[in-house]
Amino acid sequence: MSGYLAGTTAILCINLIFAYGIFVTAASGQINLGGAGFQAIGGYATGWLTSEAQWPMGLSIVAAVAITALVGFLISFPVLRTRGVYMVLATFAFGEVVAGFLLHTDTFGGAMGMVVPFHIGLGILVLSALVVTLLTFYLMATRLGLTMRAINDDEDASVVMGVNVRAVQVAAFTIGGAFTGLSGALYALNFGFIEAQYFNSLLSIYVLLFVLIGGVQTAWGPLAGSLFFTLLPELFRVGGSWRYLIFGVVIVVMMMLRPEGIVTRSMIRRLSPRRLFARPALGSADAR
Amino acid sequence: MPDRPALQLDGVTKRFGGLAVSDNISFEVPSGARTALIGPNGAGKTTLFNLVSGVYKVDGGRILLDGEAIHQLPPRRRVRAGLSRSFQNIRLMPHLSVIENIMLGQLTLASGPRSLLAPLAWQRRSQWRLQAETSMRSAGIDVDPDASVNGLPYGVRKKIEVVRALMSRPRLLMLDEPAAGLNPRETAELSAFLKSVAWDGLTMLVVEHDMSFVHDLCEHTVVLNFGRLIYDGPTRSVQDDAEVRAAYLGNRRVASNGGERAA
Repeated sequence: MSGYLAGTTAILCINLIFAYGIFVTAASGQINLGGAGFQAIGGYATGWLTSEAQWPMGLSIVAAVAITALVGFLISFPVLRTRGVYMVLATFAFGEVVAGFLLHTDTFGGAMGMVVPFHIGLGILVLSALVVTLLTFYLMATRLGLTMRAINDDEDASVVMGVNVRAVQVAAFTIGGAFTGLSGALYALNFGFIEAQYFNSLLSIYVLLFVLIGGVQTAWGPLAGSLFFTLLPELFRVGGSWRYLIFGVVIVVMMMLRPEGIVTRSMIRRLSPRRLFARPALGSADAR
Repeated sequence: MPDRPALQLDGVTKRFGGLAVSDNISFEVPSGARTALIGPNGAGKTTLFNLVSGVYKVDGGRILLDGEAIHQLPPRRRVRAGLSRSFQNIRLMPHLSVIENIMLGQLTLASGPRSLLAPLAWQRRSQWRLQAETSMRSAGIDVDPDASVNGLPYGVRKKIEVVRALMSRPRLLMLDEPAAGLNPRETAELSAFLKSVAWDGLTMLVVEHDMSFVHDLCEHTVVLNFGRLIYDGPTRSVQDDAEVRAAYLGNRRVASNGGERAA
């Protein structure tokens, strides 16, 4: 595999895990624009534990994921007091605070960044991305996933259905924090170097766009969004410096054509094998 | 059948600004029976539903479900206590399928960690799904369970909402205008279905404008006007009550009609 392809695949895997972290909150109606902050915590936790505390790699990853899950859990309480655009701003501010803190803290290397003494290869990245993808599909198939989607559709009606909205949203932030933290840990271990400047607001915006353009109704959304955002700019390379303009126009066009995302539930329903191959077996429902 | 009423309202008051939309309302919903809650537009029927289900907090008075005070509980705890409701405007989850909407109603029966984390959507033959499909069919909802609720006919969506409200096996089912927008055939079907689900101790409180539906379904009727209770008695004599007639037709006309009839 060429170095270019390996590099693109690595960043695709890391961004996909990142995107699933943002998706889990978005699927229950919460917009998290502070993703880079969670990723930075996962990355720096791994970096500090492996280099300064000299923990083994596996344990450092587990600890990093646990820390970001805890941060997700704790930050959800103030964040869930806000709604809509104010929640977007609150999470955005969280990301900025984390980046600012890391940039000005000498323990974590400040502006110099940190060198990570371990390296993981593409195999583990692909495997991790696969596991997180399957976990998210599983989560969305559970009753918890059903309540998350119900909250996203109609929060007030969900309350009257007996859904503990706050508990579900806190759970979503916690799981999202864990996934995002994992992506940070894998980033640190794959690149071998982390700096606060990488975890900037543009990264948060990009990954949120992966999720929103991909669609929040099914776990296919982040997959479609990540592929779309990673591969399309590569295809537009022939356009030279115009490619960013072309890319921007494509995003706007996508939002107009598919405002609910590339992958929607009705699309999945239409394409499901059950529907395509087992139509007569449905009985009276389709008899007309 | 227990003598204790299923639902007791004791001096329930709610004000929006200076306006009392529920003004010291007290009545009882007898257990195991079907009671209608009627009144002109703006009488405060839906407000009362919102107070009982916990969407609004009461400013005064008490609400008791099976003798237990529930007016301080959050809405989800009231669902667990045995209360379930539908909405005047259909509030189905637009991105959930028919069966998923109905299965959402099972939540309070199945909220242990194990049940929350079982991959429900992949278990095509789970007891939950089978139970939901059975309820759906018995209500005469004859559509593909995996179809989107969007784009289904209004009458079907209305029925799905009633079935969803029934899935928690409530002690008290509150329906907010279940027959509104249904054609006469659908209304008759709905009435027959609601009579058929009267399991032991199921009590219904129904807001409805369609009086033939009310007469067909409910033995007991409560009438509100301008946030006040003006009638509480058997359905068959509600239209003979002078104050009820005044509320619906206006004071003067009833007075003159009454005079003519007396003459």
